[in-house]
Amino acid sequence: MAARQGALPKARGDARPTALAGVRGQHSQAADPLELDRLIHERVRLGIVSALAVNGSLTFTDLKELLGATDGNLSAHARRLEDAGYVRCQKSFESRMPKTEYELTKLGRRELQLYLDHMEAIISATRDA
Amino acid sequence: MNLPAKKFNNPDQGPVALHDRAMDNLRYIRETMQRSASFTHVSGIGGVLMGLIAIAAALAASGASGPSMWVGTWLAAAAAALSAQALAMIRKSAAAGEGLLTGPGRKFAWNLIPPLVVGAVLTMVFVRAELIDQLPGAWLLLYGTGIVTGGSYSVRPVPLMGAAFMGLGTIAFFAPATWGDAFMAAGFGGLHILFGIVIWRRHGG
Repeated sequence: MAARQGALPKARGDARPTALAGVRGQHSQAADPLELDRLIHERVRLGIVSALAVNGSLTFTDLKELLGATDGNLSAHARRLEDAGYVRCQKSFESRMPKTEYELTKLGRRELQLYLDHMEAIISATRDA
Repeated sequence: MNLPAKKFNNPDQGPVALHDRAMDNLRYIRETMQRSASFTHVSGIGGVLMGLIAIAAALAASGASGPSMWVGTWLAAAAAALSAQALAMIRKSAAAGEGLLTGPGRKFAWNLIPPLVVGAVLTMVFVRAELIDQLPGAWLLLYGTGIVTGGSYSVRPVPLMGAAFMGLGTIAFFAPATWGDAFMAAGFGGLHILFGIVIWRRHGG
């Protein structure tokens, strides 16, 4: 297994935003080749980032319907992504109704790409095993 | 529903579990992207072509010698126009390197088809009942319905075009029968060309 793990990419470099420090601190920072970006790995957050990757922006309501999440659940997950700088949130009013729109930042797009690369590397490494 | 991330970090997990989890995650990402994406392969060029075919059909139908020839002219035009749009959509989706009937595309098709089937059935009923004068209104209204419902999975101009068709169809029912070809030309010709250009410019040909 060690040999296989060695084939996997080192997921994380040092040049990470400080906002991620708390998230990173949740699991071992040892040279763990299977280290995943926990922030994206969570299913609702992965859904938010994936949906935003193919849409310029999506409203809170769009995301809620798409992911089947509750207001509180989606709000909490979106906030974590926003705090980490993965998504940008813009609040406005439309016909006097509050409207919250999210869009993916460059960092968020890069992190999703890294996550995809990581998944592919796992599949590739285990297939070759 | 979500599987805890720690399973990835558990050294006891074998390669099969890792592989399955990774596959599951990739599948989830792809499905979420497909579900959330708008169907953008409705072709603006195809819309313009449909409009031009309809205007030619309106000119031909206005000189038709009888009801059968009039209905036949419009049905032939419908077949030609739908084929032109289908080919343009295949070309547009191929250029984007994406399948036409994946996710939103399939929903678009399934929402468009029922009103078109109803239109085909009502055409037979109206022809048998010699209610040819009512066909322009029925065709515009039902086509518009299909475009509005299917267009809810597409870019904004598509359902707006459907709503315009529905409005025009409703007016056509209450207009003099002799205006039928003019309504058909305005709807299937004018609206297709107008919205086709909008889609072409904003969302590609």
